[in-house]
Amino acid sequence: AAVESSDSEEEDLVSYGSPLQPLQEGERIKKPVPLQEQTVKDAKGRYQRFHGAFTGGFSAGYFNTVGTKEGWTPSAFVSSRQKRAGRTILGPEDFMDEEDLSEFGIAPKDITTTDDFASKAKDRIKEKARQIAGAVAPIPGTTAFDDLIGPSKITVGVELLRKMGWKEGQGIGPRVKRKPCRQKPDPTVKIYGCALPPGLSEGSEDEEDEYQPENVTFAPKDVMPVDLTPKENVHGLGYKGLDPSQALFGVSGREHLNLFTGGSEETSNLLGDLRHSKGRKLGITGQAFGVGALEEEDDDIYATDTLSKYDTVLKDEEPGDGLYGWTAPKQYKSKKRPEREIKYIGKVLAGFSLASKPSAPTKIYPPPSLPRNYRPVHYFRPVIIAGNEKCHLQKALEESAGKLESDPTHQGRHALSAAQRREQLGEPELKGPAPSVLEYLSKKDRERLKEVKQASEQQMKAKIVSQQSPKSRFQSASLEDAAHKWQTLLGGQLANAGSSDFKPFAKNPEKQKRYENFVKSLKKGEKVDTLERFFDPDATEWERGREREEFFRAASFYRSSSSALSSRFTRAKYEDDVDKVEVPRDQENDIDDKETAVKMKMFGKLTRDTFEWHPDKLLCKRFNVRDPYPDSSVVGLPKVKRDKYSVFNFLTVPEPTTSVTQATNEKIQESNSLKKPKKSSRWDVSDKEKEKKDSISEFISLARSKADVQQQPPMPATQECGTGTTETLPTVVTDEEKNQEEESRRPPMDLFKAIFVSSSDEKSSSSEEESDEEQQPTTSERESETTKQADVPDSSSNLQESVTATADSGISSLPTSKQELDATEEFGPKLPPAFSSGRFCRHLDRKEKHRKIRERHKTKKERKRKKEKKKKHKKQKNKGKHKNKKSEKDSSSDSTDSSDSLSDMDTTGLSPKELLRR
Amino acid sequence: DGNYCLTCGSDKTLKLWNPHKGTALRTYQGHGYEVLDAAGSFDNSQICSGGADKSVALWDVTTGQVVRKYRGHAGKVNCVQFNEEATVIVSGSIDSTVRCWDCRSRRPDPIQVLDEAKDGISSVKLSAHEILTGSVDGRVRRYDLRTGQLFSDYIGSPITSVCFSKDGQCVLAASLDSTLRLLDKDTGELLGEYTGHRSTTYRLDCVLNEQDTHVGCASEDGHVYFWDLVEGSLALSLPVGQGVVQSLAFHPRLPCLLVATQGQVTLWREDTFQPEGDPN
Repeated sequence: AAVESSDSEEEDLVSYGSPLQPLQEGERIKKPVPLQEQTVKDAKGRYQRFHGAFTGGFSAGYFNTVGTKEGWTPSAFVSSRQKRAGRTILGPEDFMDEEDLSEFGIAPKDITTTDDFASKAKDRIKEKARQIAGAVAPIPGTTAFDDLIGPSKITVGVELLRKMGWKEGQGIGPRVKRKPCRQKPDPTVKIYGCALPPGLSEGSEDEEDEYQPENVTFAPKDVMPVDLTPKENVHGLGYKGLDPSQALFGVSGREHLNLFTGGSEETSNLLGDLRHSKGRKLGITGQAFGVGALEEEDDDIYATDTLSKYDTVLKDEEPGDGLYGWTAPKQYKSKKRPEREIKYIGKVLAGFSLASKPSAPTKIYPPPSLPRNYRPVHYFRPVIIAGNEKCHLQKALEESAGKLESDPTHQGRHALSAAQRREQLGEPELKGPAPSVLEYLSKKDRERLKEVKQASEQQMKAKIVSQQSPKSRFQSASLEDAAHKWQTLLGGQLANAGSSDFKPFAKNPEKQKRYENFVKSLKKGEKVDTLERFFDPDATEWERGREREEFFRAASFYRSSSSALSSRFTRAKYEDDVDKVEVPRDQENDIDDKETAVKMKMFGKLTRDTFEWHPDKLLCKRFNVRDPYPDSSVVGLPKVKRDKYSVFNFLTVPEPTTSVTQATNEKIQESNSLKKPKKSSRWDVSDKEKEKKDSISEFISLARSKADVQQQPPMPATQECGTGTTETLPTVVTDEEKNQEEESRRPPMDLFKAIFVSSSDEKSSSSEEESDEEQQPTTSERESETTKQADVPDSSSNLQESVTATADSGISSLPTSKQELDATEEFGPKLPPAFSSGRFCRHLDRKEKHRKIRERHKTKKERKRKKEKKKKHKKQKNKGKHKNKKSEKDSSSDSTDSSDSLSDMDTTGLSPKELLRR
Repeated sequence: DGNYCLTCGSDKTLKLWNPHKGTALRTYQGHGYEVLDAAGSFDNSQICSGGADKSVALWDVTTGQVVRKYRGHAGKVNCVQFNEEATVIVSGSIDSTVRCWDCRSRRPDPIQVLDEAKDGISSVKLSAHEILTGSVDGRVRRYDLRTGQLFSDYIGSPITSVCFSKDGQCVLAASLDSTLRLLDKDTGELLGEYTGHRSTTYRLDCVLNEQDTHVGCASEDGHVYFWDLVEGSLALSLPVGQGVVQSLAFHPRLPCLLVATQGQVTLWREDTFQPEGDPN
């Protein structure tokens, strides 16, 4: 209506705003949209409810939920071998609605002008910062081009200020009436070729300020803004890097570039200094384009910035320029507070001031020094009740202190050594250190042994000579020392070693001779120097040293092994020529021998096992190797490894590997079928025997016929040894001697296994009263038991003694030798030394029993064979008496003490042997 | 072949590195548990790895895919090796077997199982016609395919690592009694013995350098020890880190040494001993 009136009536009225559109005739005035109907719709026209700014804004998703009608759609993870699912990295955009990504959302995808490009005027502060940065930049003045290119912007505040009359470069506030101090020279005064930066005009204004009249008020000084550039580099605080202007302008006068000239004014000062001192017109001309031919060349046209200008070491004092180091702040040059100066290196950061007094240094207390014998473990000393324990037990407890925590009488037993236990129990001491087994042998036997041994040694040492060359690379650094050491080590040991039987160098007879001389003289206790003459005279010094070392080692190893051997035997009480048990020196498969060898560093033959091994054909093909066994169907080892615990290893003369394998193959087969006796193999072999033992062939045939009838060849045969005939025995034994090797190769007889299992069972039932003390768990008593058992047959019957004493009683004395053995050897905890006699077998758990029985019977085989022969003799004699098995069993059940002890000896004596071999 | 470095770790992945630049080239994932050992083929086209998931995997280097996976071990696979032509993978496991897997055919079962060891296999090395295994039962076994023989040398203490010398004449065996022994391959004789380092718990590597002049072994005290091969004297102990040095390998031709310790692989050049790369 007003418009209408103004339109119609007065022309001179001032009208503001734009007139409304004239109403059409007959049109009603639009009603304003009521508030409740002002709804928000999204891009697709859907209504959106507004929840309030803090409760989520507009509704999102499906009915204020998330996602779709179905809820979240889970992303499917598909990964296959060919298409491996990449690891998707989810950003915040993945969780945004599409509205958020629109133009007015929080993360617009469309291109909008950022404020870098939206401004109209220059920001003075930023420009200054940029100029400073430009001075620092590698090419000075590049930012000037930025000024030309990039649009500048001013903020609203600046615009308002400008409208209020503020000029750039002035301070804000009431105008002051004083002589204005000259503003700092602006770095932008530089003229860069074509560009005239805006600072130039300001600079010129500053020049004019000098002669302005007094009555003029001035704007307050512009405050230099705090440089708030964030620290983006990894330099230390305040470090600025090398000023390229300095480097470029070649400040030859300065020795060191001050890397720590912090702050922008510093830079400008530097630039000003430069300009004034050199008086050079800074510009792009000239330097950047090289020197003309006619121009006079500057010395430092290009960067003469060498590393020699830098300090590579932080020094205490810089003598030249009076600065306290090149990092010292200038304001402390006055040295008023020297102690602080000493501590302070570097520039005081803005907003910080130096403390007036130094903070007290934190005192550091050193950790207490530990006593030398301190152990960081607390252990309880066992309380020993005086009186009920003997003093040696106390000693033993002290040895094993730490392990013992509770009642020492029960647990301490395990910590005691056998000797200590024996002492404790008041047992008589065992026979002294057993001498070499070779001393038990007669002259004749020794010779025979030697023959066998030489044959074996020749095989063993076959390569010893050929090995010399690889060995020759190694010189022992201190031969003399080693030799002396060896000598002292061997001095006493060799005394009882029968050197004649040990021929480590049998392959090389000369060497062997030398070795024997060597050992002989060593026994006499000669000095090493005199021993030298035994060595090869025309060998080099080194070879001689090498040989000596070898001799020493061989000698000492021989000692150790022979003592190990001798410890398995005790001296026979009755001198008999017949009680020979052939023990060739081929036990290198035994672990303990190997360990001694390792300890003696006698690697080589002694630690090596060689087996036949059949690689797969395909493997050979893949390796491009011809199949070594083209016609064999076996893969891998044709047998399992040679059984370490079998008697064969103990007794066999070294043979070609294949024959051994065959033998062991059979053996394993048989041991697999342990429960069912396979008589055929045993008797087959004894057929072989028969060819040689014609004298007893009829016995064998007899025995065979019997064995067919009887599953268990009677034990009583052996038991009746006491009454057996002595006249037949020598022949048998001599036969045995002849056939030692055959026997050792003979596969084990399951027959005997059957015998032994059953007999041990029988005995355990029959002679329970006798084995009472044996079954006591203390090992010491067991030892005593074994010694007793060893003694019993000696007194009881000569005949038994003649057959078994050397082997069995010697074995039963094994606990002593075991004490000598290294404690680290792994004796199974379940295998007490003399415990595993046949009657105890069943107390052991099943598996162990199987294994042990098998092993035991293997070792027992030859002994049983002797008994068998005796038995055969007896059978021939007493055929009428013992026809049926029943009666024999009866007789076995009421066995005499002597025979029982004999069989005890058999069974008890064997296990230590096995243990030793383990 | 001296240009790449394979690391495998308890993050179930293998990583291929350029040790000279220290850049990770590729990551191979597919093992279910820790990867315990890895080896590359002669032509750098394939990688085999064995892990705690009892499987041996054959990888394609470029695609990063598992070409084949061999399952059959009953325990963790401690060590894997290619043969010379990368046709057979030989893997040793804690189940005391060494298995030879065929890379050519698709046979899922091994060509041959070498089950002579009494305890876990800790190390396997191959030459042209020999398989050398070191076992925890203290024996070094050498299977000679050409002659069809098995040589078993008793050392005594559990073997942690074995390797051939470059001339193929000797065998170096590191054992848990902190000793390295150099054995003559043919006779099994002890040629040298090297002590001074500490190796009592972990499976550590031993190496011979590229000219067989020195013997190197990792140690549990964070050093790598070097002995003169002939003299047997300690030539150098190289401080690498604080913890256990797990693995080390020589460049086949150049005096470069790769040392792995505590999730770090460092490359050492022998002339200056400046650590050059620090990947992983």
